[in-house]
Amino acid sequence: MAASAAGTPLRVGVLALQGDFEAHAKTLRLLGAEPREVRVPGDLEELDALVIPGGESTTIGKLISSAGLEPALRAHHEAGRPILGTCAGLIVCDADHLGFLDVTAKRNAFGRQLQSFEADLEVGGVGDEPLRAVFIRAPWVERHGPEVEVLASYEGRPVAVREGTVLACAFHPELTDDPRFHAIFMAMTTSARERAGEEVGR
Amino acid sequence: MTERATFRLKTGLAEMLKGGVIMDVVTPEEAKIAEEAGACAVMALERVPADIRRDGGVARMSDPAMIKGIQEAVSIPVMAKARIGHTAEAQILQSLEVDYVDESEVLTPADEHNHIDKFAFEVPFVCGATNLGEALRRLGEGAAMIRSKGEAGTGNVVEAVRHMREITTGIKRLAQLGPEELSSEAKELQAPLEVVKVVAEAGRLPVPLFCAGGIATPADAALMMQLGAEGNFVGSGIFKSSDPARRARAIVEATTHFNDPERVAAASIGLGEAMPGLEIAGLAAEDALLQNRGA
Repeated sequence: MAASAAGTPLRVGVLALQGDFEAHAKTLRLLGAEPREVRVPGDLEELDALVIPGGESTTIGKLISSAGLEPALRAHHEAGRPILGTCAGLIVCDADHLGFLDVTAKRNAFGRQLQSFEADLEVGGVGDEPLRAVFIRAPWVERHGPEVEVLASYEGRPVAVREGTVLACAFHPELTDDPRFHAIFMAMTTSARERAGEEVGR
Repeated sequence: MTERATFRLKTGLAEMLKGGVIMDVVTPEEAKIAEEAGACAVMALERVPADIRRDGGVARMSDPAMIKGIQEAVSIPVMAKARIGHTAEAQILQSLEVDYVDESEVLTPADEHNHIDKFAFEVPFVCGATNLGEALRRLGEGAAMIRSKGEAGTGNVVEAVRHMREITTGIKRLAQLGPEELSSEAKELQAPLEVVKVVAEAGRLPVPLFCAGGIATPADAALMMQLGAEGNFVGSGIFKSSDPARRARAIVEATTHFNDPERVAAASIGLGEAMPGLEIAGLAAEDALLQNRGA
């Protein structure tokens, strides 16, 4: 499914410093992509896209810095290769951290674990059927710039956003069997690879 | 429909802790050091296992004021320990809104026969196990995360290794069995048949499996990850060492890069003294093994 015109599977890195990176890899495989664990800068070479998973954003942020990953992550983003951030991944991409999204995420905005919840969520781009969204000590988007497209909100708070090649959500699509949110990301990745191919051909 | 406290939400938080280190802390200051070092969660308790072992007496749930102080000091998840079978302590911890309850053999058991009915709670529970049967019994009671027991407070990783191998080898064995063998196997394991079937089918536990009990060095942390742990609990190993902040960072680094010996080596340099270690044989002779509590 998630293959380029040339037919080779999309190579999608999953930042594997801490968090539920294996759950993302499973969903990506389901969509026909080839997931690769990313722990050091060299792992980001030859990727079509990157997932920054759920986990503890403070931990992931510190490990990005100790592994010297920030320049390689910026190069990935600047090359127009898509990035998906879920929960902690949304926070890591926000304006206060890597700055890949013109949003400010509020950490643990929905509360502690006892306030964690599941809800049916209408999400732009996944079709009419609502998505079962799993929110765990989840953030929400407190502020977003004019270029940011809000794909879903819960009780008036934006919880899924897209800006250019970066897609992010406050919930965990990787913890359900429904791959539709990742399918949006795969479509973005296929387009990005085609664009890159055309540029090389020109 | 909005739902809370589903089993998916309970195991979901443990999924988010994978690949990380959960550190025992006894004060808000220690909690901040742990968070700063990259801990993915902290375990709030009154005394680290090494001190509980040294002091003796009855070890109980921590003072709620201390737990609240730690919750205010950090933004990462805060766990706390209840005595095995002590439902009221767990209720108190739930009312304090801790993120996870550890029904722990490190504290003095309150009930010699029964564990807490963890399905009755909204807060998720982690429980220790020395082998697969014990892990499956805890799952049957509603645990949403399993950790090896190891031998807490010893700085000796040998028991954690034994327990992790017991659990992972047990799972591999179970996955080989035919459906007709599972009933008798459940009897053998003294575990509920439904849970046995789930594990046999999936070839893995339905919840995250972490290591606890005896990790004192970055190399210990890397070893446990190589043996199949999905994350590490470190108790006395950090704050009983000579340079806790630095050792904490090194253990976080080794847990992430467990398959990269050069990085683990670099993290292991200049850490100062590790916590003093204890031989297991001596403790066994004194009948002082915590792992035998609440099987």
